Amino acid sequence: MEKVKNIKTPLSDKLIQNLKAGENVTISGYIYTGRDAAHKRLIDLLKEGKKLPIEINGQIIYYVGPAPTPPGYKCGSAGPTTSYRMDPYTPTLLDLGLKGMIGKGLRSKEVIESMKKNGAVYFAAIGGVAAVIAKSIKSSEVVAYEDLGPEAIHKYYVEDFPVIVCIDAKGNNLYESEPPKYKKK
Amino acid sequence: MREVNAKQIKEKVKELFLTANFHIGEDVLNAIKEASVKENSETGKNVLNMILDNYKIAANEVLAICQDTGLAILFIKLGQEVHINGNWEEAINEGVKEAYVEGYLRKSSVTDPVFDRKNTKTNCPAIIYTDIVPGDKIEFLVTPKGFGSENMSRLAMMKPADGSEGIVNFIVETVKIAGPNPCPPTIIGVCVGGTTDQASVMAKKATLRKVGEHNPDPRYSDMERQALEKINNLGIGPAGLGGNTTSLWVNIDYKPTHIAGMPVAVNVCCHAARHASGVI
Repeated sequence: MEKVKNIKTPLSDKLIQNLKAGENVTISGYIYTGRDAAHKRLIDLLKEGKKLPIEINGQIIYYVGPAPTPPGYKCGSAGPTTSYRMDPYTPTLLDLGLKGMIGKGLRSKEVIESMKKNGAVYFAAIGGVAAVIAKSIKSSEVVAYEDLGPEAIHKYYVEDFPVIVCIDAKGNNLYESEPPKYKKK
Repeated sequence: MREVNAKQIKEKVKELFLTANFHIGEDVLNAIKEASVKENSETGKNVLNMILDNYKIAANEVLAICQDTGLAILFIKLGQEVHINGNWEEAINEGVKEAYVEGYLRKSSVTDPVFDRKNTKTNCPAIIYTDIVPGDKIEFLVTPKGFGSENMSRLAMMKPADGSEGIVNFIVETVKIAGPNPCPPTIIGVCVGGTTDQASVMAKKATLRKVGEHNPDPRYSDMERQALEKINNLGIGPAGLGGNTTSLWVNIDYKPTHIAGMPVAVNVCCHAARHASGVI
């Protein structure tokens, strides 16, 4: 296996431009969580001209709704959810400086175009390896929308969170480039 | 008549959902192990090995296999000689609630699908399918069904003229459209025939049939083989990052249907293909 690059949050523009689709990286530092319901609330706030409850400039949002934290643990199982449900809200957040997203599955053309325009990266976490990922989450606190339960916005401190650069800031997309290599007639 | 207390039902349901959410079946485990050896893609191999690590951690700790611990679905065969002391549905839902609360499992059920979308906080109501059968036992088959894969499932009202080829193509097309979204490698459950509703339910049940076991009817097992081969030729691979392991297995079931139709339901299940069974 190739050497795995460790990157730290918040992500600098220089770092973003150097990340290439296909690279295995581990992430350390603070990241935020958010799913459909939280995204909808963020966008509604912006529409009303209000301030967001979190500063997203330079940050990463992880699309996850974790299982409850069992006693003695920092976080319950926490694998990625399917990203396309966040697509309608994402370009607005990218315009505000969101630099990274962690999820699984396809993204819309609009999201990819906005990533290229704003310089942002989409990381794939492996869906369903939720217990493995939980081990890399060292602290978790709810920072907004507690009433949403698992869908609340959490702030995680992660160490060596394993991901793959799936769509880079130039728009190179593993979901498009890799399957044809293994396709048989 | 055999007397069964509602409490026994509650306890059994609770036990089965706890088992299913932490312990993957041997058949799925072995299929992933085998795929991790055969897979051509390096990334694909890494993904499959992570999945194996994940099963191990989940089995040994209080961390569920997947955070999406699903909606609670039960297929039950209720012996007609059984008399239940207490409330059947309540007992099942209590069992689900206790499993999800005490097992630190995520509650994913929302009340109203369009407007309120308020979490019920118990993962109830359970979705219960009951068949009344001869005998004095109650047989349970339960599955926590996640929605990453459920959202990729499809139904087609095909023409009888579409034949087996049309069905196989529809199955393969479903997997192709789903791409990386349903957490491949997946298990594909299919039911041909019946009505829209019956085909959908039986397709879900077909995802629970053992990986490695074909439909006993050779015409249907041929379709299963063809569909699996075509699916794995798509190149989607583990986690959709390229490779030869896109699905582990295809289970096709069938039901008698109307002279004018051929419903086909395809239910997609992720590699966290969790289920458990037990008898009272």
